[in-house]
Amino acid sequence: MIQLTHNPIDFTLLTESVRSNQAGAVVLFLGTVREMTEGRQTVALDYDGFPEMAEAKLRELEAEARSRWPVIEAGIVHRLGHLELGDISVAVAVSCPHRHQAFDAGRYLIDRLKEVVPIWKKENWSDGSTEWVHPGAEPVKSQI
Amino acid sequence: MKTKLKLFAKARDLVGAAELELDLPESATVAELRTALGEHSPALQPLLASLLVAVGTDYASPTTRIGGRTDLAVFPPVSGG
Repeated sequence: MIQLTHNPIDFTLLTESVRSNQAGAVVLFLGTVREMTEGRQTVALDYDGFPEMAEAKLRELEAEARSRWPVIEAGIVHRLGHLELGDISVAVAVSCPHRHQAFDAGRYLIDRLKEVVPIWKKENWSDGSTEWVHPGAEPVKSQI
Repeated sequence: MKTKLKLFAKARDLVGAAELELDLPESATVAELRTALGEHSPALQPLLASLLVAVGTDYASPTTRIGGRTDLAVFPPVSGG
């Protein structure tokens, strides 16, 4: 299951979708909206995405994971839109014959997702300001 | 040639539009697109060097010819997850 959605992620459904009698291990990763980042307080995140490309890249990542590990089933769901503290922004579920394969494949999928899938988050800070998160493109902070 | 592109995230906010049309030679590459974008929208200057370009649903390489394409997307580094 590869999906972008504006609705809350049903991670139970996602997890069930990768379960199999061939699997000895199922790993579920959830990314959730964190309150504190380097001393600053987040009140919400807004996620924007380029859906056609994001879905294509997620399918490529699933294929890459399948070429590296004996993945039985894999599922990735990413939420878009306005998310509050604690909300689930992304869920990755993987089943494999053995646990180390499932952990490694799941970690690969979420790590690569953060590098190549065209989705962006905008911070809504507690002081009322907003800020797109674009790693490597931030203004240089003064060293104090 | 008329070249159409979509903009996302901070790039869209800085330009103030979700889509743009630029006139580029057919042989134009990503580097020339960056230059043209900076001239069209000076507000993008601080972001230009980090902008990524996609053709269809694939990232363009520095040598990909993009002049005249209508399926381009331009956006800053991704931050999903």
